[in-house]
Parts: sequence; C-alpha cells; structure tokens
Amino acid sequence: MRDALRRLQQLAERRLPALTRYRRPEPMPIALHRRRIYIVPTGFGIGFTILLMVMLVGSLNYANNAALLLTCMLGAAGAASMLVAFRALDGMTLASVRAGQAIAGSPLALTLEFESSRPRSAIRVDLGGACQAFAIDAAGRADVTLPLATATRGWQPLPRLRVWTTWPLGLFRAWSWMHPEQSVLVWPRPESGGPPPRLPADEGLRPRLHHGEDLAALRDYRSGDPRKHIAWKASARLGQLLSKDFEQPESRPEWRLDWRELEGMDNEARIARLARWLGEAHAQGRRHSLWLPSQPIEVGSGPGHYARCMSALASLP
Amino acid sequence: MIGIRHRHAGEPTLDARAFDLLCLTMACVLGVHAAHLPWWLATALALVLVVRWWQRRQHAARSPLLLKLPLLALLAVAVVFHYGTIFGQQPGSALAVGLLVLKLLESETPRDARVGVSFACFGLMAALLFDQGLVATFVVALGLLPALATLRALEPAQTPASLPRALVPGLALLATAVPLALFAFALVPRLSSPLWGAANGADARTGLSDRMSPGNFTQLLTDDSAAMRVSFDGPPPAPEQRYFRAYVMWLYDGRTWEHVKLRRADGRMRPLETLEATDATGYRVDLEPSDRTVLPALGMPLQAPADARLSPDREVFSQQPVREPLHYELRSALYYRLQARLPEAARRFALRLPRGFNPRTHALAAQWRVRYGDDEQAIVAAALALFHDGGFSYTLAPAPLGRDAMDDFLFSTREGFCEHYASSFTVLMRAAGIPARVVTGYQGGYWNPLGNYLLVRQSDAHAWSEVWLDGRGWVRVDPTAAVRPERVSLGAAAAAGDQLGWAQSGWLASMRNHWDVVNHWWTQGVIGFDALRQRGLLTPFGIRDTGTGMLGVLLAVGTALFVAIGVGWALWRRERPEPLRQALRRLETRLARAGITRRRGEGPQHYLRRAARALPTQRGELERLMNRYLDLRYAHDEPVPELLRQFQRAVREFRPRRVVK
Repeated sequence: MRDALRRLQQLAERRLPALTRYRRPEPMPIALHRRRIYIVPTGFGIGFTILLMVMLVGSLNYANNAALLLTCMLGAAGAASMLVAFRALDGMTLASVRAGQAIAGSPLALTLEFESSRPRSAIRVDLGGACQAFAIDAAGRADVTLPLATATRGWQPLPRLRVWTTWPLGLFRAWSWMHPEQSVLVWPRPESGGPPPRLPADEGLRPRLHHGEDLAALRDYRSGDPRKHIAWKASARLGQLLSKDFEQPESRPEWRLDWRELEGMDNEARIARLARWLGEAHAQGRRHSLWLPSQPIEVGSGPGHYARCMSALASLP
Repeated sequence: MIGIRHRHAGEPTLDARAFDLLCLTMACVLGVHAAHLPWWLATALALVLVVRWWQRRQHAARSPLLLKLPLLALLAVAVVFHYGTIFGQQPGSALAVGLLVLKLLESETPRDARVGVSFACFGLMAALLFDQGLVATFVVALGLLPALATLRALEPAQTPASLPRALVPGLALLATAVPLALFAFALVPRLSSPLWGAANGADARTGLSDRMSPGNFTQLLTDDSAAMRVSFDGPPPAPEQRYFRAYVMWLYDGRTWEHVKLRRADGRMRPLETLEATDATGYRVDLEPSDRTVLPALGMPLQAPADARLSPDREVFSQQPVREPLHYELRSALYYRLQARLPEAARRFALRLPRGFNPRTHALAAQWRVRYGDDEQAIVAAALALFHDGGFSYTLAPAPLGRDAMDDFLFSTREGFCEHYASSFTVLMRAAGIPARVVTGYQGGYWNPLGNYLLVRQSDAHAWSEVWLDGRGWVRVDPTAAVRPERVSLGAAAAAGDQLGWAQSGWLASMRNHWDVVNHWWTQGVIGFDALRQRGLLTPFGIRDTGTGMLGVLLAVGTALFVAIGVGWALWRRERPEPLRQALRRLETRLARAGITRRRGEGPQHYLRRAARALPTQRGELERLMNRYLDLRYAHDEPVPELLRQFQRAVREFRPRRVVK
C-alpha cells in the first residue's frame, strides 16, 4: 500500500512537473504562496462532514429550521476554517537554515529560521521521520531545530521539508514542500580503535611548565611569587604570608597529524584515523596541527580549531 | 463508545486546557438538554462530569474500566426505567447525552476529544428538536463556542490564552460563517414530506382542548406564550369583536363539555349551518404549533382556507395536526345570522342535559320560564343580570366544585372564570328550554403597533356561549363579560387583576412589543420557512415557483460566489511591503531600465557598487545612496523615520543617465 503510494507520488512528480516543481531545490529565502500550498481534508474532517450530512438530513426530515440553521453555521464555519488553514501557511518564509555539527551516523541538529509578518500558530515541519511543531511570535520569527539523519561524511544536500498545519480546527490539512538549495557538511566518523599518532622523537622529552587553573594547596610564600597568588585572607589569619599553589598539569606534546604518514591505507580509513586522532587531541586539550593534501592547517587548539580540522577532513574528495 | 480500544502508541494525551474545554462542551450539551431530562438523571450526569473533571485535574489519572462499564449499564437501565424504551426522541436524546458525559471518562487523546466534540455538536442540534425558539437556538449556538475552542486547543504550539479568551476565535469564526450559513439555509431544498417518522412534539404542549371542564383552563390562562398572530387587511376589529372561535361543544355530561362530531340520525354528515353575512374581514393568521387540527377563526368564517375544511358548526379544521407554525388566510363575517332555521334533531341536542344533576339550577330556569313566558331574550337578560348583580366575582383560583357543579357555582361559591360562567350559563339556558352550546377559542389579544398585528396568547383562551333565538339564529353571548366587562374590552391580562398589570405600562410594555416582534420575525422567517415559502422565495425577482433544481443551481452558484469571496480574503496580503525595501526596489527598477539588473542572490552593497562602476558619472550619488541604505538597514533596529524619508526622496530624485559611449 505504502509502496504503491510512493510509486504514485514518483509518477506524479515525473508527469506533472507543474504541480510538483517546487519539490526541486531552490535558493533561500523560500516564501510560501498560493501556488504551492495544498489543502485536503483530514480524516477527522471527512468524519465531521459525514456527521454534518447526518445532521442536515435529520433537520430536513424533522422540518426543524433552527437545527438546519445550526448545521449550516457549523458547515460554513468548517469551510471558513479551510481558508484559515491556508492563511496559516501563506506568506511564511524559510529565511535560512543553520546546520550544527555532527559526525556521520549521528543526527545533525538543523535549525530552520522561519519569518513571517504576522504571528502564526500550530505549524509543523516534517523532516525525514521527525516532526516539530512551532509558532511564530509577534516578532515574526521562529527557530525550529530538527535532527537530520546522516550516513556518510561530506556535503549532504538538505532533504525536502514538509511544512504543514491543521490549524485551526483540525478539519483540513494545508501543506507545502520546501526544498532548500543548501548542503550541510557531515564530519567523518572516527575509527573505533587503532594506534596513537607517531610522535617526533625530540618532542615529548621537553616538558613545558604550565600553570594550571585549579587551586591545589597553600604553601609558604616564596619571594618571586606573583602577588595575585597570595592568599590574603588565610595569611591574615595565620600572621604569615601564604601563597596559593596551582596544579601543574603534565604538559603534553603537540601532535602534528599528517595525511602523508598514513601511506598505504585507503582514503576513508585514513580519514577515519585522522578523525579519531583529532577527537583524542581535542578531548585531551592537546595542541595539534593537520596536514591534508587540500590544505595544511597550523597548530592550534580549542573547539574552533577542531571544527576547522574536521570540516577540512570532511570535505576531502 | 466505551470499551477497550487499541490506542495509537505514542499519541499524546490531552493537555489540561483541552480537557477543561471538552468538559465545558459536555456541560453545555447537558445544560441545553437539562430541561427535558428527568431531574435525577441530569443531576447524576452533572455529578459524573464534575467528578471526572476534578479527578483528571488532581491526579491526571484514567478512569478504571471497572467504573465505566457499571456506569454505562446504569445509564441504560435508568433510561429504560424512566421512559420504558430507549427508542424515540426523548429517551434517545437522554441516552445520547448520558453517553457523551460518560465518553469523558475515557477521553485521553486528541482523537477521543475530536470524536467527543463531533457528537457534542450532534447533541446540541438534538436539543433544538425540543425547542426551536429564538432564545433556545441562541443558547445552543453559544454552546458551539466551547466545542470549537476544544478543537483549537488540540492543535500544538500556540500562544497561551485565558479560558474566556480561548472562546473568542470560535465566535469570530462563527460570525464570518453567518452569511454563507444564512444563504445555504434559505436555499437548501426542504423536504415536502419526511423521509421517516414524523416530528413528535405531542408531549405536554398546552393549548385549547376539545374538552372543557371547570378548572382545566387554569394552566392555559397563566401561559403567556403566543398562540397566534393575526394581521388584518383593514383596521383591526374593535376589542369586543375579537372572538376567535375554535371548538363548538354540544355534549355535556354534568361535569365536562365535549366537542363531538354530530351526525344526523341516518349517519350522514349534517349540512353546513347556513350563514347570512353582511360584512367580511380578511386577515392572515400565523398559528403556533398546537398539535391539534383546529384553526381558530375570527367571528364566523365564510369559507375554509386551502388544505382545511369547515365543520357543520363552522369550525375550521386542517387535514393534519398543526406541528409546525402554520400560516393561513381567512375571510370572516363579524355581523351575521347563523342557522336561521334550526332542525328539530339539532334543537333536541342543544337542549339535552344529564338527568339528576343541578336541581337548583333547573328550578331557577323553570322559574324564569314561568316569569318571562316565551320571551327568550328576557331569559338571557335575566341570566346575565344574575351574573352581574348576584355577587359573582372573577378569579383564576376558584374554590373547587362538588357533584352538582353548577348548583355549587351559582348558589354558593360564586367565583370562577370564563369556563364556569360559560358552562353555567349554557346549562341555565338549556334548562330554560333555549337551545345553547359552549364555544371555546381565544378572545382579545394584544395589538402590537410596531408589527401591525394582533398577538393572541395562550392566556387569551376563552369560553363563551351561543344561544339559538328564533329569527336571529345562533347568537354569541359572553356571560363573563357580565361579571368582568374589561375581560372582553381589554383582554385577559386586565381581567386577572394586578398580576400582569406591571407589564402593560411604560417601557416594559414597549420592550415586550419589541421582543414579540423579534419573536414573530423568528417564527415567521426562520421556523416557519417551509417548502411552500421556499418556493415563493424568488417571487420578488419574478420567478413564481422555485423548484428543487432551481434551488440547487442557485445554491451551487451562490456557494461558489462565497468561496470566491473567501479565497479572495485568504489571498489578500494585508502586510504592506516594508518602506525601506520598497524604496530599494524602486531604485532597482530605475537602474534596471538603465540596464543594470540585480542578480539573483546579489546583496544590495555589491549591486550598488556595480551600478556605481557602470554609471561613473553618478558614482558619488549612488555611493551616498548605498551608504544611506546600509546605515538605515543595519545601524538601527527600526529605520529612523527622518532618515528614511530622506532616503525615499533621494531615490525619487535619482535618474540614471545612460552612459554615452
């Protein structure tokens, strides 16, 4: 049944491009207008219509005009709700899409920015299997975050989004397709285990002193201690100067990660290994650099640097 | 409706607001049906509703199946116990309302709520089968508001609003629906005969009865609802002429007067009583449903209206009991001579009295007969004089009467209302040998100057006598008038004393006038809009008879027109484009004419730089424009109005000059 429907849908897209042309990618911003909003009654809408028919026949049979008037009111209100459903989507704009960061296989947080000149309620957006409801406030903006399933690293075009609503009474379902012409970068998946990177021989022997961040202990003041390390309150209690002693982390050598050193492996395995090393380096707070055939990246650390390295890795051919 | 059902996994449960509104919807349905439900059932259902609301609010818990099934059984038993059946309008609606309230016990998901709201709409409509008055219809229409609000509350992601505010959008939706609804209402083809069953409104509708015993008018005389509205071709007849004849009663069993079909000895219908009329008044009557076939007629009707017939006594009867408001036109004589020659059989019947009742009344009548001899008019006058001067009083709460009811009334209690006077007068006449009969109907009415019609209420029900006098035929004699003349000249309200007097004066009376005009309009225009009226709908446009096909075509065309208007409204973009963007677009159009089109996805800065390069002579001007635009767009949250106006002016004054190569 479902397969048959999908085949029918594909056939419609092939044979009726005029109806379905907005399903092709298009540049943002994407504004919804009358030529791309479709409306059908929901299951509840069909049931409600049958009920109205029963009420109509009943009131006609009993020649009860007050009941007939009530039925007409309900029917007309239902019909008006169809227009309200249309207006709930009409004029709404998808301004931009912000992609989060994700490694292949895990969901990527996709933030859709919708704009509108007036507030709207109960609009839902479908992406893959995920559905999220949102409202556009008086300021005319709404950010909707949806998870996007990813499979492989690299640039992944955005799938079709369905924006729909059953506002206000749930009798009609208005929907439209949006297919933003944008791709998101999916980072490579690190391999699950393997050797650590080969360290240059001279490094690792020359530890460098670092001042840590965390307070470890108090000790007697030694001349030359910076003044801001003096524990004034404790000193005042004891009558002698005390200094705060900060932990001295074990210094770590820099990693110079290099594509060329992984000779003999295939591309994806190389990328997976580099990704693992990058991840480990980032987790340990270790400074690292990355050399790739497309671009060499200088030594650095921190989330920005890590993201730059991973993105470079992801966009390798 | 109640039972174990597979629920969709993962379907969200109702939030508190939606459930509150659903409870309110059910409470409305219960409220509009409460009037005809037995009080204990209505109370029990209200209790179930409140307990369920409280329980879900406090514990957010489901009701156990063990509770639901016995309640369901109890409901069925209660309905059968009270009505004896579950079929029919009354038990059916009682069962439906009960099921709706019990449905709340298992309403947990939006799907349940939608099903509940749908059937609640049906329940609201069913309430109109019992009362389709203006007020009832309005109240039922208000009951739609919580239903619509419930459906709205089921939608996700909305801005929260207070409970009363949640009802407002439904009101707006209904208000926009009114024009289409009225249009459809006018044009939906009515059925000329019902598809099944028949409307049964037979229950407890008060109105004139074809039997009359002293005391059974009391309920009627305190019923202020409209019985009929009469508009006249000419001026309305004088108050003392406003006698609307309904039943003529010949048969008396000592207690009750009864309307029976008198036949001749050979079993054939009696011929119509002869009528010599000197005048004729034309009038139209809008009769409220009475569930009887009798159509009250002013004075003496000349001939029956369409679909009705005249009885030998010149009562008017329709073919069917009047179950919908009925409109009929009649012509009547106010001055006439009825049945100048009385056949012997009829005379005997008009003198018949039960044996062994009311000996003192018989004695009094015999005494008059002796005193006045053959002067029957003198006997009538003596009887009226007795009522006028004999210490009789008019009251709606008379003392009860014993076996010899007329003796008790005439010689001891001496208080009563029209029934007592008409009955005793007729008995006196018959005892004195004058043919007499009782007539019931309406007398008086209230002239509504706003609507130019005579409003006759149930409380205007009246009974009087007709006596047959040689040479004059049947003559109307109203003995009540002898006791309480204002009963005839002013109407029932005046006769009843101060009870209703407050309503007759000042602004209250004016309000009552207006209110009755509205009611009349509702009864005429909405309730009484039947197949016949619908066929005459297009008469002003020159189409005499509008058939079903024509109505269908009109309905389709009109609905399409309404849809077009609605779609126009939906497509109309109310938002005006932002002035800054509009100004930039204007600049773009001008530059495009000079051959510099903005590319797709090109930012304004890039575009205007390109334009400045392409039009070197206006480079400075374009760069100023660009800077202004960027400043207005990005330096402020809202463009400064003064700067915006300057920018707009600059754009207006800018004329690209073609590059001469």
